[in-house]
Amino acid sequence: MSSTTTPATRSWYKRNEIAITPWLFLLPAMLFFAVYVIIPIGQSVSISFHEWDGLGEKTYVGTANYERLLGIGEQKMDRKFETSFWNNLKWLLLYMLAVPAGLFIALFLNQTVRGIRLYKSLFFFPFVISQVVVGLVFSWFYLPREGLLNAILALFGSGPVNILGDPTMATYGIIAAGLWPQTAYCMILYLTGLNAVDPEQIEAARLDGAKGRKMLWYIILPQLKPATFIAFVVTIIGALRSFDLISVMTNGGPFGSTRVLSFYMFEESLSEFGFRMGYGSAIAVILFLIMLGFIAYFLYSMWRDERGVH
Amino acid sequence: MFPTPIAKRSRRWQLTYQAVLPFALILWLLPLIAVAMFSIKPAADFANGNYWGWPSSFEGFANYGKVFFESNMPRYLMNSVFITVPTVLGAIALSSMAGFALGIYRFKGNLLIFFMFIAGNFVPFQILMVPVRDLTINLGMYDTIGGLVLFHIAFQTGFCTLFMRNFIRALPFPLIEAARVEGVAEWRIFFYVVLPLMKPALAALAVLIFTFIWNDYFWAVVLTQGPSAQPVTAGITEFNSQFRAAYHLMSAGSIVAALPPVAMFFLMQKHFIAGLTLGAVK
Repeated sequence: MSSTTTPATRSWYKRNEIAITPWLFLLPAMLFFAVYVIIPIGQSVSISFHEWDGLGEKTYVGTANYERLLGIGEQKMDRKFETSFWNNLKWLLLYMLAVPAGLFIALFLNQTVRGIRLYKSLFFFPFVISQVVVGLVFSWFYLPREGLLNAILALFGSGPVNILGDPTMATYGIIAAGLWPQTAYCMILYLTGLNAVDPEQIEAARLDGAKGRKMLWYIILPQLKPATFIAFVVTIIGALRSFDLISVMTNGGPFGSTRVLSFYMFEESLSEFGFRMGYGSAIAVILFLIMLGFIAYFLYSMWRDERGVH
Repeated sequence: MFPTPIAKRSRRWQLTYQAVLPFALILWLLPLIAVAMFSIKPAADFANGNYWGWPSSFEGFANYGKVFFESNMPRYLMNSVFITVPTVLGAIALSSMAGFALGIYRFKGNLLIFFMFIAGNFVPFQILMVPVRDLTINLGMYDTIGGLVLFHIAFQTGFCTLFMRNFIRALPFPLIEAARVEGVAEWRIFFYVVLPLMKPALAALAVLIFTFIWNDYFWAVVLTQGPSAQPVTAGITEFNSQFRAAYHLMSAGSIVAALPPVAMFFLMQKHFIAGLTLGAVK
């Protein structure tokens, strides 16, 4: 019945079905993503040129926020920003250790003995736990009196160290905590990668007399390239996103020595000393620009792969 | 296989490997084992400085009982469930549709939209923080579970779409062409041809997103405030200030907070790992 009453609209849809359907399917996801991700990026950029307490009117201040942050003109660079930036760099560099460490553990575990599957899952364990709990676990591990670390150091006759209370060591202590789950993540990427390594190539290389380190470098690692790529992507993103651990373990202290950009931004925008959303947004924009460099590189490599396929 | 299978090595090698394995594991999980140990000790042990010796009595039940019956912990756990489950469903629904559109159809802007989703997924949270908080307040959803869920669905859609689209791309395309020749409507192709083939991807994403959202801390702090809506990751700080310096209770609390994703991982291990490797490393 209905098909005979509305032939015109039906046939129009039918005729354009292939062209319209993808947009209908995309619509909800694009709407959500635009409202909560794409548009807010633009808004943040715009807020960064204003002074705003989050409630009242925004006052346009031009590039004043950036000038204060970077110390352009007569003022000095914001000292907290400087510390945060260098800490971010430390995070970025030291976090990379997760990639070789993950590869090392993966090679160690890539065997077929009894119960190895359980071992693999237990090694992976730290990644499944929330960073908040990892932070708590490590801050208790580091405790000067009750902590296990100092109990072990005492066995070797070393004096107690207060890692999280020492401004020169605290950041490294937190990074070490972060490396724990991150290494587990890289390990699992490499374990799956090792599974897919072509056994015939290994046999051929073995016949040619390759073994040990040479085999790893010339035969295995080239085949692990996709795993390495993803390991680097997630590790870089993870390093720049570090927030939970710092917030839980030191809350930026001692004396602000463990701040990173993401944490400093949060502090400026939502601290108990008042909401400075404009200044906070300027920090966020700078962090975003740093990240954008990496994102552009990732997208470029993915785009290259896409073109290679088709 | 690389390295050389241990079975092909000498007997001595095999024994050394078998012996080193559990030792390495204990070393790796040491901080966690320490916390588990703390959580079954009585308070008296901490007062007496017996931090690392054998527990003077087993107080596991008492400690965990306190977590469940004398704190807001159950409330926080429930909040976490009510935040996580709808997010998983929403993100998967949106992204399987978007992945279908991007994976099957050729149209102008396909790759551009796809890359938008990927790029958005890598963005630092802080650049979204102020506007998203503002939007949530304006919607009257600040400090509600709904506010968090909406944001999480939107953000996770980026990652899920990446995953779904690549998965659908790898499906045999002739199947869809055959259905089209038969005159099957496009939306039916999605429901009856593509969706049943996507089951492994759906399972992988569900487990993965569950873990991500359960473990989220940043957005919980930005968008919620108190026990009425905060998930367990944020609630644990309040819990810890309630039991300040009572390490046995704080340890028990953290173990309870960490457990659900761990259980999920052990139950759905295969899917979890498939999801983590983005399906790119097969």
